[in-house]
Amino acid sequence: MLALPALVLLLAVIGYPLLTIILRSLSEPEWGLQNYIWFFSMPINLTVLQRTFVISTWVTLVCVVSAYPYAYLMTAVGPRVRLVLMLCVLIPFWVSGVVRTLSWVILLQDSGVINSILRSLGLGGVRLIRTQTGVVIGMAQVLLPFMILPLYSVMKGIDLRLMRAAQSLGARPSRAFFTIYLPLSLPGVYAGAIIVFILALGFYITPALLGGPRSTMLSTLVQTQVLSLLQWGRGGAMGVVLLVTTFVLLALAAPVMRSRYREAERR
Amino acid sequence: MEMKPLTRVVLGLVCLLVAIWLVAPTLVVVPMSFNENKSLAFPPQGFSWQWYQNFVTNPDWSNSFLNSLKVASIVAVLATVLGTLAAFGLDRMKARPANLLRMLMLTPMVVPGVVLAIGIYAVYLDTRLVGTLLGFVLAHTILALPFVLIAVSANLEVFDRRLETAAASLGANALTTFRTVTLPLIAPGLLSGLLFAFATSFDEIVVSLFITNPYLKTLPVQIFASITRDADPTVAAVGTILLFATTILIGSGMLLLGRERKGRQ
Repeated sequence: MLALPALVLLLAVIGYPLLTIILRSLSEPEWGLQNYIWFFSMPINLTVLQRTFVISTWVTLVCVVSAYPYAYLMTAVGPRVRLVLMLCVLIPFWVSGVVRTLSWVILLQDSGVINSILRSLGLGGVRLIRTQTGVVIGMAQVLLPFMILPLYSVMKGIDLRLMRAAQSLGARPSRAFFTIYLPLSLPGVYAGAIIVFILALGFYITPALLGGPRSTMLSTLVQTQVLSLLQWGRGGAMGVVLLVTTFVLLALAAPVMRSRYREAERR
Repeated sequence: MEMKPLTRVVLGLVCLLVAIWLVAPTLVVVPMSFNENKSLAFPPQGFSWQWYQNFVTNPDWSNSFLNSLKVASIVAVLATVLGTLAAFGLDRMKARPANLLRMLMLTPMVVPGVVLAIGIYAVYLDTRLVGTLLGFVLAHTILALPFVLIAVSANLEVFDRRLETAAASLGANALTTFRTVTLPLIAPGLLSGLLFAFATSFDEIVVSLFITNPYLKTLPVQIFASITRDADPTVAAVGTILLFATTILIGSGMLLLGRERKGRQ
């Protein structure tokens, strides 16, 4: 049983802590569902929950829209340009996430790059840091590689002769794209979108540094409850809500993705 | 696929913008790191190396850097050993339980960082592991494990088990077979697992923020604290160093990989 050491560590460092949090959410200060009732009855919590979903949806949309043409171009160019495009994806992917968020702070702050350019052009400054727009821009950039890579791996396998066949039968390029290429590339879109959305739901660092009180996400709320207010029960309940949401989404997505992938492979 | 010239130009422009969006923002740390003033306001003023100096001489920065190196090195070795063992174990099991266990072992990748962080923090408070080397190593190892498992498993999938049988039938014992046949063949997966594990630990911030204390800080924790506390351009200097180190590593890795592939053809 070679997997045993890893499994033991997994249960000790992941399983036991998660169990502790679930128990605390049900038992502090006393046994019962009080923390969950509190969570779902406070309008502020529901606002943050809704906002977390809205921000994650925006981030996913931005990622799909910008990754799709990029991944397509990667399949259409020669090996040299492809290497450059790949490096553009991989370097930010590997550069420390904190450093990348720091760059966004420098860019978006009121005395930052974007605002000084706007001012030198004679335009007024815009408020970007501590707004939802700023958070979405920063998060989407950090998560974009997670969208581009699966999309590229699916698009790489699409037989481009199908497009030529469609066009030789009289389909216009746009029609050939929408009836053949787009459906064939959808498994990549699903895979990337679900990864991006799930990672975005649990994002902590970027919203904490780029966001303000009006763009607080669920993770920050959990941190405040536990570290600042020492409310382990309430913080734990929020954490469990986040955890359950993530796993429900994964469970919903898994069968769809699996069958789509299989279809893509069969083709 | 045939495209109209206009479509082609638009596609090229959109991709150029995406590429700039991916790469350019991070580059902004480079000019900021040579700022003469203690400020992160743009544009930077003058030119000085003082922030690089500060990174080396200020114990807050140099110690956290050394801590990160230490933790990441131990984690890389530990996660690679455990992950490789697990990959072998799962490879030799029946499909059903193996798939279940594999999914279980990949959970650290999808559990929201903060949820895991408060859980580990709660357990560490009880077991006095907050701010200890062991605490950091255990938490980072479990986060790095999935990457090693994926890398080595991918290698094992294309590995022909009959080679081991052949070696054994020629009289090699289990250890010799592993050393001379199995190990060289799975080396690429092992190496990329090792690299991923190191990078995961070196970069880890969310759990680290919770289990840190003034006596043991890792570099990302120090960077985060510095950004939230004051506008110290040392963060920009550190960012620049990390950016260049990463670029050189990835660039040379991809070039080597490309050359090897060409050589084989």
